[in-house]
Amino acid sequence: MKFLKIILLNLLLLTFCFGSSFEEDSSKLMTRSFNKKQVVLDELLNKYKDDARFETLLKYMLKGDLYYTKKDKRLVVLLKKVEYSYFTQDLLTSKNLEKKEKYDFKKIKINNKLRSVIKAALAQINLFSTNKDKRYSAAKNILSNLEKEDEVLINKALQIEKVVSVKELLLESKINLIALYSTNLEQRVEAVKKLGSYMSSRTFETLKNIENSSDEKILKDEAKKALGTIKHKKSFYGVIQELFFGLSLGSVLLLAAIGLAITFGVMKVINMAHGELIMIGAYTTYTIQQLMPNLIEYSVIIAIPAAFVVSGLVGVLIERLVIRHLYGRPLETLLATFGISLILQQLVRSIYSPLNQEVKTPSWMSGAMEINSSLFLTYNRLYIIIFALIVFFGVLFVMKKTSLGLKVRAVSQNRTIARAMGIKSSYIDALTFGIGSGIAGIAGVALSQLTNVGPNLGQAYIVDSFMVVVFGGVGNLWGTLIAAFSLGEINKFIEPVAGAVLAKVIILVFIILFIQKRPRGLFPQKGRDAED
Amino acid sequence: MKREPIFLNILKNDKGGKIVLSTLGVVVFVVAFCNLFMPQDSIFYISTFTVTILGKYLAFALLALALDLVWGYLGVLSLGHGAFFALGGYAWAMYLMRQIGDRGVYGNPDLPDFMVFMNLKELPWFWQGFDNPIFAFLMVMLVPALLAFVFGYLAFKSRVTGVYLSIITQALTYALMLAFFRNDMGFGGNNGLTDFKDILGFDLSLDSTRVGLLIITFIALVIGYFICRFIMNSKLGRVIISIRDAESRVRFIGYKVEQYKLFIFIVSAVLAAIAGALYVPQVGIINPSVFSPLFSIELVIWVAVGGRGTLYGAIIGAIVVSFASTYFTSALPEVWLYALGGLFVVSTLYLPKGIVGVFEKLKVKKEA
Repeated sequence: MKFLKIILLNLLLLTFCFGSSFEEDSSKLMTRSFNKKQVVLDELLNKYKDDARFETLLKYMLKGDLYYTKKDKRLVVLLKKVEYSYFTQDLLTSKNLEKKEKYDFKKIKINNKLRSVIKAALAQINLFSTNKDKRYSAAKNILSNLEKEDEVLINKALQIEKVVSVKELLLESKINLIALYSTNLEQRVEAVKKLGSYMSSRTFETLKNIENSSDEKILKDEAKKALGTIKHKKSFYGVIQELFFGLSLGSVLLLAAIGLAITFGVMKVINMAHGELIMIGAYTTYTIQQLMPNLIEYSVIIAIPAAFVVSGLVGVLIERLVIRHLYGRPLETLLATFGISLILQQLVRSIYSPLNQEVKTPSWMSGAMEINSSLFLTYNRLYIIIFALIVFFGVLFVMKKTSLGLKVRAVSQNRTIARAMGIKSSYIDALTFGIGSGIAGIAGVALSQLTNVGPNLGQAYIVDSFMVVVFGGVGNLWGTLIAAFSLGEINKFIEPVAGAVLAKVIILVFIILFIQKRPRGLFPQKGRDAED
Repeated sequence: MKREPIFLNILKNDKGGKIVLSTLGVVVFVVAFCNLFMPQDSIFYISTFTVTILGKYLAFALLALALDLVWGYLGVLSLGHGAFFALGGYAWAMYLMRQIGDRGVYGNPDLPDFMVFMNLKELPWFWQGFDNPIFAFLMVMLVPALLAFVFGYLAFKSRVTGVYLSIITQALTYALMLAFFRNDMGFGGNNGLTDFKDILGFDLSLDSTRVGLLIITFIALVIGYFICRFIMNSKLGRVIISIRDAESRVRFIGYKVEQYKLFIFIVSAVLAAIAGALYVPQVGIINPSVFSPLFSIELVIWVAVGGRGTLYGAIIGAIVVSFASTYFTSALPEVWLYALGGLFVVSTLYLPKGIVGVFEKLKVKKEA
């Protein structure tokens, strides 16, 4: 009997310990006392560390969007509020509840102390998560909101952490704490010295703090030295970052200008509709995404050949209908193709709408590569740089190494003799113009990943593209490459000083002045072809 | 032999010019008369709106004339002539802006509304003096002339020609457009300058002022035409045409080609600027879109459609295309860009000499 009693008692105890559910435990938060809430939170943290529901609860509580229903005392989170109607979700079942009025709910209020408790709890949950991205962002979070109390947590995490990037962040946090709070002077000096190799704003702040308020001269000096190193490194990486932006802008210019380098540089046709051919490429991307909504990840890749074909065909059409009659009269091609550009713009307005359309970016193109805390390389820009180079070398290969390229150059240099050699010049003309236009289309695919797609897209790039070709030297593909990248770089380095618009103005003025010095661009064409 | 008055002498062999100018003169007179002296309910009454529109067309005609001088006769296709037009317009708009005084929305007697809005405390230095109409009118001509001088000097000296020149003129106007779109340039940003109240003491909302502006614009157009014709009739004109047709030969003979080019370019810029100054009070606004490459290229098409290298062809082209533009943009707004685009293509492919060319061809056929 006694034995049975003990078992029963134990069972009772067990239910007391484990039987209480998350629902029951969390409902204890529905109290007015902040102290009690803190106790409950600590309890919850011990029991439900790995429960996703607890994390949600903390997140919403931190935002002040955790409520409970007055009627049946259930915890809900507020998703949206329109005037006095609340759209909520049940915390436990994650079911969306129907719209209710404000007075049906009561908020679970928090104060500053609770806020830091919640933050710490979130940090702890994430720092020991099995997902390494979560751990990384938690470590980052800790570093930027570093407090003396975090030391225990950091040490614990450091013992088990294996991933280098996370470990590095934890280590930086730890050294920061030592530098700030250690009682051993030697240790502190050592820590300050080490801090010089990090670059986070937290470290910067720590060092500044020590430099300004420490009583120890040696500590002050070391902090100053470390700060100097960091500043030096930061400005170095800042320059690299700017270089990268310049490169990416340059590659956009390059993409926009390569097609023009062929139609203008090789064929001597001033194609003012070039910008609209770019626009057609961008709209092709948009159309493909609309047609295949399930393949957003691949639509950009599908769009590349599609845009080449669509823009290329439009180009061939333009060449056959209009430009064919105007060879040797560049100013006339300028006017006629400008007319075509207006027609194409209006066509796009009629078919799609005058409004800008948004092209989605596939996930593999969003985000950034983080080299260190002051150098981020965004993927879309990185890919566009690579893509522009691929396109450039592809065109270069076609023009220099294939028989098509040979024929194109032959026709452009001397039509009559080329014909006498048996080259069908009109066929080559149409094909060349088609290729130039197709490349414009490809540029449009790339641009659709950077800006919105609209009827005025082409206008924005046409002047720039011509500038690149003229600056580089007409008929010289390498000149186009160098001109595009140097204009991109110059632009990005003037921009922080003068502002985006003024930078553009300065560059245009620069090119106008440059053409005074070298009317034929950076790399002028030589020989008898040059004087026309 | 009785000597004819000089102004008729200029038009002696210019039948087209005589026809166009006298037709316009009659139209302007009729419009002005019918607007002012016919009762509003009469079928002969012509609305003030029409007066304004006609005035705008005539300002455009003067602009086209200026472009024809450099493109048709000098062979320099400027894709940035809208810049001179806009600068002249802005200079005169600054004067008009100063005349508003304390009648603006903010009622500030010292500063135009947009400056109050931008929290400026005092007038920027480049606005000084613009309350004086004579100074303002001098600036209308001087600023574009200076720009034309600097730009032309650099471009012609280094022998930038043909397509390259066209592209950098386009870049020039594009750069100016970007600059004028900036709010802190002190020219009203993208809203431009507007809300003008009166001009030289005359109320701009009165019909008589409108008609007066129309007549002044017509007179300016006639004077502009005579200047251009006078230049082209002179020996200078023949040198200029030679430069267009064979620049290097003219240079080898010993002419300083750059100076001739520069002179014509500046004259043209000043004419364009005056056109701008006439345009602003009639339309009631000027904003940076006038600097847009689109506008500058559009005016090239006026000249091309009318017939380049004839002067009066430019006037016909400007009026015909602007009229079509007004008609289409109100009646069939979607069609307008198709029509304008088609006009560019058709006129370059099939009308190398424009409307004037078509008439001349018909005449030759008749005589033959």
